[in-house]
Amino acid sequence: MSVRRLAKEQPDSFAFNEKSEAEIKFWLAKYPEAKKASAVIPMLWIAQKQEGWVCEPALREIAGRLDMPYIRVYEVATFYTMFNLEPVGEHLIQVCGTTPCMLRGSEELIDVCKKRIGKQHEISADGKFTWVEVECMGACANAPMIQLANSDGDHYIEDLDGAKLEALMDDLAAGKTVKYGPQSDRNASEPHGTKVLSDPSLYDGSRAKKIKLPNTGKAEG
Amino acid sequence: MATQLLQDKDRIFTNLFGHHSPDLEGAKQRGCWNGTKDILDQGRDWIIDQMKASGLRGRGGAGFPTGLKWSFMPREVGARPHYLVVNADESEPGTCKDREIMRHDPHLLIEGCLIASFSMQAHACYIYLRGEYVTERLAMEKAVKEAYEAKLIGEKNVHGWPFHVYIHHGAGAYICGEETALLESLEGKKGQPRLKPPFPANAGLYGCPTTVNNVESIAVAGTILRRGAEWFASFGRERNVGTKIFSISGHVNNPCNVEEAMSIPMKTLIETHAGGVRGGWDNLKAVIPGGSSVSLLPKDICDDVLMDFDALSAHKSGLGTAAVIVMDKSTDVVKAIARISYFYRHESCGQCTPCREGTGWMWRVLTRMAAGESAIEEIDMLLDVAGQVEGHTICALGDAAAWPVQGLIRHFRSEIEDRINNYRAGKPVFVSQVAAE
Repeated sequence: MSVRRLAKEQPDSFAFNEKSEAEIKFWLAKYPEAKKASAVIPMLWIAQKQEGWVCEPALREIAGRLDMPYIRVYEVATFYTMFNLEPVGEHLIQVCGTTPCMLRGSEELIDVCKKRIGKQHEISADGKFTWVEVECMGACANAPMIQLANSDGDHYIEDLDGAKLEALMDDLAAGKTVKYGPQSDRNASEPHGTKVLSDPSLYDGSRAKKIKLPNTGKAEG
Repeated sequence: MATQLLQDKDRIFTNLFGHHSPDLEGAKQRGCWNGTKDILDQGRDWIIDQMKASGLRGRGGAGFPTGLKWSFMPREVGARPHYLVVNADESEPGTCKDREIMRHDPHLLIEGCLIASFSMQAHACYIYLRGEYVTERLAMEKAVKEAYEAKLIGEKNVHGWPFHVYIHHGAGAYICGEETALLESLEGKKGQPRLKPPFPANAGLYGCPTTVNNVESIAVAGTILRRGAEWFASFGRERNVGTKIFSISGHVNNPCNVEEAMSIPMKTLIETHAGGVRGGWDNLKAVIPGGSSVSLLPKDICDDVLMDFDALSAHKSGLGTAAVIVMDKSTDVVKAIARISYFYRHESCGQCTPCREGTGWMWRVLTRMAAGESAIEEIDMLLDVAGQVEGHTICALGDAAAWPVQGLIRHFRSEIEDRINNYRAGKPVFVSQVAAE
């Protein structure tokens, strides 16, 4: 298990902004009123999206809103590894290091991060980057890959290698927009140059015509 | 024996590659939401009987018959509402199939949720996505909104069964793919598995009768009922029927997701769709056939093994999530498994001592073994510890951590011994074999 603690230095206060409040409303509507603790993960996530990390006053604020003891929110924030318990750089680079990515060169990506940024979890000198090694992100047919988190959202960047990651970091540092998804000529995780799913009759609307359900004739047999 | 490959006309996920629109209009063009009302009009028993007859076994890893699972829900709704919860926490290393369903064919999943919920008398369904799947979550939210607007779901909808779909997400915890940990997480707690019984069908989400199904198991329901149970059952071998999305990663020329017939030979699957093993089939060292939790198989078994539940379990491995991780001869197989052990150490929830302590112990020993800095006797000691973790924990994470280690020792013991001997003799511990091409 991973042992995680709150940051030593904490701000004095925390307040959700207007955009976050709208999102909180959207999420709370999904659960029965008596079960609103269900919204704890989405609310911690909203706090993180607002500030870049999850601070202690935010935990207290969320506990109050959800009628949960503070310790229960603390438990959740320290259990789930996507919550940044300390501030991170402008661009958070999460490198998948699990075996399917390792087999296709994630160690090369990690070397690039070490060279360019420094140690895991630390913010680079210019404040632009933080990197962490994370466990399988479920994009193994597009390995090796990273998830980039910044003010533009959370995006997978796949089919990478060391040189491509370096170029990507150059672009990010220069404030340029970058291409998300596969950094190859693939659209998603299709086999390169495949003939699968090329039958035109799948897409000509013939499947939208009224059908008679099979196995429904009660008198049969 | 010539293998009959699956034809396009029999593929369920016709937008698996994302070459067409995932929107409602596009989905309808491809046959989704066609005849859904007729399906519900046949009644709950018909749906469950057809699902049972189709032979569909759960696609999340354990392979439990889906129709049977649905039939475990209480016949009558009492004071507590029924829930369907869809497990979209896809986190098993190697597995990346549900992601493609959710971002490219989300309506197949929503339609399946309606059909399954109706058959179990649930008016609400939660879809729990892993936290990392942000793009997929937004794609699902969009599709759910479309379905509400088109009155396909909602309090009053064209299907006549009041029904709500809610998208929920986690925040990075493999263990939440275990169904009771997922329910804990959905209730706003840390994801620690519950003791069973009670089973979720009696006391699941919020203490109410609940069924938890994998994304793929639910998303195939509509098409199975439209085309007939016997159509689905016509693919694959008895007890192992249907079509299945295979995720192929590692040392192949074209890593990919592809839908194929169950029981396809592993070699055919890899050579037909993934462009073959890097450097050719003879450059193959081992394959993990069903996600990181199952035992790896050496090349001689891979030569003719079939990709289904029974064939793989006969070799003490498993189909799992059908995530095929290929390793060629350049692979440091001890290190590859040590990295899997690190994964389980990282993801153990810490609730059961054998797992909390055992996963770290196995990782540390394997890491030393990969470097040859070990003793021959420690191999049996490692096997012994793996056996003490396996079967001694609340959930299957302990088993999942033990099996890859046991598999490594079963098939590659001599390789570990060589390293230890090399290290002691001052020779290079591991020399990567590169294909002679």
